[in-house]
This record gives sequence, structure tokens and C-alpha cells, in this order.
Amino acid sequence: MRITKKGEENLRLYIYISALITLGIVLWILGHILINGIIKVDWKVALEDKAILPSLINTFYIVLLSVLITAPIGIGAAIYLNEYAKEGKFVSLIRYSTQSLAGIPSIIFGLFGMIFFVTNLKLKWSILSGALTLSIMILPIIIRTTEEALKTVPITLKEGSLALGASKIETIYKVILPTALPGIMVSIILSVGRVIGETAAVYLTAGMVPRLASSIFDSGRTLSVHLYILAKEGISFELAYFTASILIIFILIINIISNCLGKIVNKKLKGN
Amino acid sequence: MMMAKIDVTNLNLCYDKVKVLYSINMMFTANSVTALIGPSGCGKTSFLRTLNRLNDTVPGVKVDGTIKLDGLNIYKDMDEIKLRKKVGMVFQKPNPFPMNIYDNVAYGPKIHGITNKKILNEIVERSLKQAFLWDEVKDRLSKSALSLSGGQQQRLCIARALAVEPEVILMDEPTSALDPIATSKIEELILKLKESYTVIIVTHSMQQAARISDFTGFFLLGNLVEYKETKKLFKSPDDDRTKGYINGIFG
Amino acid sequence: MKLNRKKIYEKINERLLLICGLISIIAVLSITIFIFSKGIPAIKEIGLKEFIFGEEWQPTGGRFGLYPMIVGSLYVTLGAVMIGVPIGILTAVFISELAPKRVASFYRRLVELLAGIPSVVYGFFGLATIVPAIDLIFGGGGNSLLAASIILGIMILPTVISISETSIKSVPMELREGSLALGASDIYTIFKVLIPAARSGILASIVLAIGRAIGETMAVILVAGNTPLIPKALAERIRTLTANIALEMGYAYGLHQNALFATGVILFVFIIVLNILLMKFNKKVGENK
Repeated sequence: MRITKKGEENLRLYIYISALITLGIVLWILGHILINGIIKVDWKVALEDKAILPSLINTFYIVLLSVLITAPIGIGAAIYLNEYAKEGKFVSLIRYSTQSLAGIPSIIFGLFGMIFFVTNLKLKWSILSGALTLSIMILPIIIRTTEEALKTVPITLKEGSLALGASKIETIYKVILPTALPGIMVSIILSVGRVIGETAAVYLTAGMVPRLASSIFDSGRTLSVHLYILAKEGISFELAYFTASILIIFILIINIISNCLGKIVNKKLKGN
Repeated sequence: MMMAKIDVTNLNLCYDKVKVLYSINMMFTANSVTALIGPSGCGKTSFLRTLNRLNDTVPGVKVDGTIKLDGLNIYKDMDEIKLRKKVGMVFQKPNPFPMNIYDNVAYGPKIHGITNKKILNEIVERSLKQAFLWDEVKDRLSKSALSLSGGQQQRLCIARALAVEPEVILMDEPTSALDPIATSKIEELILKLKESYTVIIVTHSMQQAARISDFTGFFLLGNLVEYKETKKLFKSPDDDRTKGYINGIFG
Repeated sequence: MKLNRKKIYEKINERLLLICGLISIIAVLSITIFIFSKGIPAIKEIGLKEFIFGEEWQPTGGRFGLYPMIVGSLYVTLGAVMIGVPIGILTAVFISELAPKRVASFYRRLVELLAGIPSVVYGFFGLATIVPAIDLIFGGGGNSLLAASIILGIMILPTVISISETSIKSVPMELREGSLALGASDIYTIFKVLIPAARSGILASIVLAIGRAIGETMAVILVAGNTPLIPKALAERIRTLTANIALEMGYAYGLHQNALFATGVILFVFIIVLNILLMKFNKKVGENK
């Protein structure tokens, strides 16, 4: 089948229009939220919201806890897959599980966390239940991104270390991991972003009370749950814009950091 | 007669089902430079990598035959860590670790248990001097090793290997990624190293083999075709295949 | 002596790392087992036919017909795909083939950013902009199938763009040059050579996007209206499977709670089917290489 000259020009036009739509959408979302949430917002009203600061701190707790739980496990799994495992049924089972985990909707994680951590383990609605649930959610992110980072370490470095009489474990911890460190940091940063933005899973496991959790066994809402409730209950659009702006700013910061880390990786491996 | 530093008998090597080396017998004397030449894919690099058991890291590799270092079987009488401490290696492409110059050289000694800062300093200085690199880098030991030029990086890798105080140094086409000036510096260095070490070098440059080696082995299709003093090999090869190769008929 | 200790460390280390690897498997298994073991008894009690094809969802009256939510999920997913996939693929083409290098890398960062925006922010954005607009045009409040489709269509863009772009880019240069050398234009090459060659990867991106759309919860709740009835028009309210769980889980107990787990089971089945499709496409991608 042929495409006519006219058809070609139309197709080209569609491509440019689509690209413009994508650009427009991003600018529209960011612009709309940030303008209403930061520039136009009445700061008096915004700062009177007694739930924002506690939600922010609760979010911080959950981020810290879930990353502390998952980072060692995920990085360990990635090292195992990349350095020790021989390709075979068992390894493909791990890979398939990781891939499946990444595809499970967050509400399912929420259901699981609620039945397992909240009810069965009797952790109740708490920061800990939320963090444990999110730990499982971010596991595939950390495993995959770390594995990619480990793969970029040239085999010649590994052999260079082995040839000096270093054992495998020394080679891994003294040469491979330090070289892949920026990439591993990216995996952590990405999962921080995921935890900050997650709502469905965390609201079924950490609860919704608008206060600062007194300990990790206490319940408390995160920033994104706060935004959800503000919007869903129609409490205040002004506060919702403000909260959404804070979330967006976090995401912007995370994007900038992970891009910088990416540049460091290139620098490290290519020299200068 | 002097005892062989390394004695290889009946060495066969397979990757999965592909046979790469066919019953190699070879002896290396101490304080000499031996060059291994041959067209690419002839097995010379695979052979070199069995001498420090680096091939062990390749899945599916099978080695059979004996290799003795100072009379000890490297597969039975010692583990690979002890072996690699005695048999250092320099690779085709310079592969400094992404650390500073000092840490690159100190990496090996630290691995082998030296923690005393003063001793480490001495080792680093001595190794860099031996590799003719000290004068160029002594003021910037804490700079990244990757900021060095290619030739400097390769000399750093040699210094790194020397820091472990090996007895044998394996070199896998160490100058193939370097320009002529850097190459001549490395060659000069190899001649100097011969005084205290046994050097085995894989090269695809026959001129290089002729310039720096005492003995030369010619590999073809996984066989050691001819092995004798370099001068004799180039002047009067016994085997027609060797003759053909050094006269540039194939390879 | 010292070497022996090194060997022991080595073994311990390998075992520990192996355990880390096992955790993924354990997690997937336990999630599956827990959801199914809570959901299956409920489906038995309600009756599979009534549960899947019943049109009435009235937990207080003991009616658990999930059909409207199944239809709702399929509708919004279809809507999202119809909006997001064409724009996504064409944007991917733009980034990979037409954009100058700097513009392309700017777009990649834009897409990364879009992927990072939390779903609740998308939902709130939709509630604040798209819902009122639909209300203005169609009336009826604006919370609707259409609003949910638009928001999900936007949310799947990064998935479609980044995976399609990667697969279009990985089409061998020779194919591209071969076509251009025969006098074909760049547009002809894109649509007749590159997109067909990258087909498996593009299909995989669509399957992943469907997974994202069908599993999305918070954004949908905020804009869909959540009435458990089968919609008759684009501007009518709908409820998805995910919304069904999230809205009622907070206060449900007994059979009602288990019926929500059973809703999770149905959602899970969709995801498993998508995963099988994905494996098929990924395998094809592997074969092409």
C-alpha cells in the first residue's frame, strides 16, 4: 500500500500535534497546580491547615522506614541475580516474580497489607503497617534499577580486581558496588518518589487520622492521603492545591536528583 | 638445567563444547619475557587466562592437564587467591578502578591484609616508580585514575599489579589500545621488569615480540605450533605454518 | 586459616543474597494466596454467576453483583487506551525520529516527570479542571466515564511513550537507511518500516498501559462519580473495580468485606491475563533481536 504525498504531510502533522499535546499536558498540569497552589494561594489559609505538617512528617517516617527495609533486600537480590545466579529456572522465577510484583495494582497491595500486617500481625492501622506494605511495592523498583546499574559496571573492572587476588565478595563490595553507587542511589530516589505519591495502599494500612503519629505503631495520614481527603470530601480546594503543590515540588526535586546522578554515572565510567 | 617457573603439561581447554586449546606443553623460565603470538582466535589469550585461573569465572569452562608454578599444581595445591597474588595480570584495555590513583595501587595490598598506612605509602611509591609513573603523578595521587591518559592508565595498571609483589606478570596485548609513544614506554618498562619478574605477554604485533621477548610461542587454531628462542623462531622457523605467519601469508 | 575464613564469608554472603532474591517470590505468592483465600469463599457464597453477571451491588441488602464495575473498569480502560495510545505512540515517534537531540532529551525528562506525578494529584487535577468542563458541555455534574478516561489517558502516556520510544529506537539502523536509500521519505519509513519492526515493543507498551489503567484507583475515584450502575453515555457516572474496593473497605465487615476481596480476585485475574500477554510480547521482542 502506498501513502500519498498528502497523506504523508497529514501524518507528519499528527506527529507534531501529538508531541505538542504531550508538552501541553505537562505544562498544563504543572502550571495549573503550582499557580493555584503557590502563587495564588492565600498563605494565611494554607498555613492554618493543622494537618499538613503532621502529614508531611508521617510521610517522611513512612519513606524512611520503607526504604530502610527494602533497600538492603532489593540491592541484595540484584547482586544475587547479577553476580551469583546462574541462568536457569530458579533465576527466571525470581525475575518473573519481580516483574509480576511491579504489575500488581496498588489497591491489591493495600488489601494484602490490611489483611496481613494490619489484621493478622496485629500491627493495626499504623505507620509500620503502611511502611511494610509499601516496602513490598518498591521492591521491584529497587531490584530492577540496581540490576541495571550493576550491569553497567564493565567486566574488565571485575576481572582486574580478581586478577589481583581479590575474592568475589571483595570484588563486589569494593569495586562493583562503589562503581554502581550513583545508579543504586537512583533506585532509592525513584522508590522514595513512589512512596511519597502512593495513596491507595497507604490509606488502607496506615489510616487517615489527621495527626502526627506518636510512634511507628501509631496511625497517621500521609500527605497524599491528606490531598485525597481534601479533594474527595470537598473540604477545601485551596488547601488541596497547596498540598498538591508540595507533592509536585517533591517530585520535581526527585527528578532533578536522579538526572544528576545519571550524569555522575556517565562521568565515572568514562572519565572526566 | 634451571627449574621452570611455570610448567604446563598436556593442557586442554573447552568452553562448553567448543575446544579452544589442544594439549599444550610449555615451559617458562624465570626472569625472561615470553611472547605468545598468533592470529586472533588462536587461543593465546585463553591460554594466558588459564595461567591465573581467570577462565574459572567463565561459565561452562573445562580445563584439563596440569599447570605447575614452582612445582606446585595451581589447580590442586593452592587456591585461586594465592595463585593470583603470585601471578599478576595486565589487560588489553587499561582498566583502572574508578578511584583515585593512590587507592588503585593500594587496592591489592589492602586486600591482602596490609593496613599500616606507612607501609602502604611505601608500596604505592615503590610500585609507581617501578612502573615509571611516579614522577608524572606524585603530586596528584588523590586525583581520579580516569583523569590520566591511556598510556598512563596502563602503566598505573602495571603498578597496581606490581604492588601485590607477584612473581609472574601476564600481559594480554597491553599496548593494543595505545599510541606508538605510549607503546614504546610500556615496552621499555617490560624489558626492565624482566630483571625481577617472569613476564608472559600476548601480542599480535610480531615486531613487538621480536623487540622485547626472549622466547616466542606461535599459536594456531588452539595448537602450540612452535616455541623457541625468539631470534631462532623469526630467523629459521621449523614449521611451514610459522614461516607463513611471520612472512605475512595469513593472520 | 585466613583464607578459610574468607571462603566462609563468601558462602554466608551468597546465602544471604539468595534469601534477598527469594523475597520477591515469597511476596508474590503470599499476596496471591491471601487475596484468593479471602475472596474465593465469598464468590462461592454469592455464586460465581451472580457475582460476575449480577447487575445490582447493594451490600446492605446482601446483593453483590459486580457486573457494573467490571464493565466500568473495561470502559474506562478502553477510553484511556483510545486517548493515550495514539498520542503516546506518535509522541514516541517524534522523540525517536523527528526531534533534534536536545528537544528529544528535554521530552524524555518531561515524560519522566509525567510518570512521577502521584496519581492522587492527577485525580485532583481532573476534579479541578476536566470535571467542571464536562459539566459545562454535557451537564450532569461532570464526574463521568469521560472524565476518568481522559485522566487515565494522560496517566498512561509515560508508559506508552517511553517503552514505544525504546523499541522504535532499537530498530537496526540498516533497516532505516535501507528504506531511505530506496528513496522512501522519512514519514514513509516511520510508518511502513519502523513501526512494524517495533511492533512487539509497542504492543507491550500498550499492555503495560492497560495494566496501569485498570489498576489505577485514587485518580479514578476522584473523577468517575462512583455510582455502581452500567453507564449508558460518556457523561454518565461509573464505578471501577478498584474504586469499589477503596470506597467501601474502610467500613466493610463480614461477607461484604470478603466480597471486596473477591473484587480484588477479579482484578487480579485481569492482571494475570495481561501478564501472560506481556510475556508473549516480550518473548517476541527477544526473538527479533
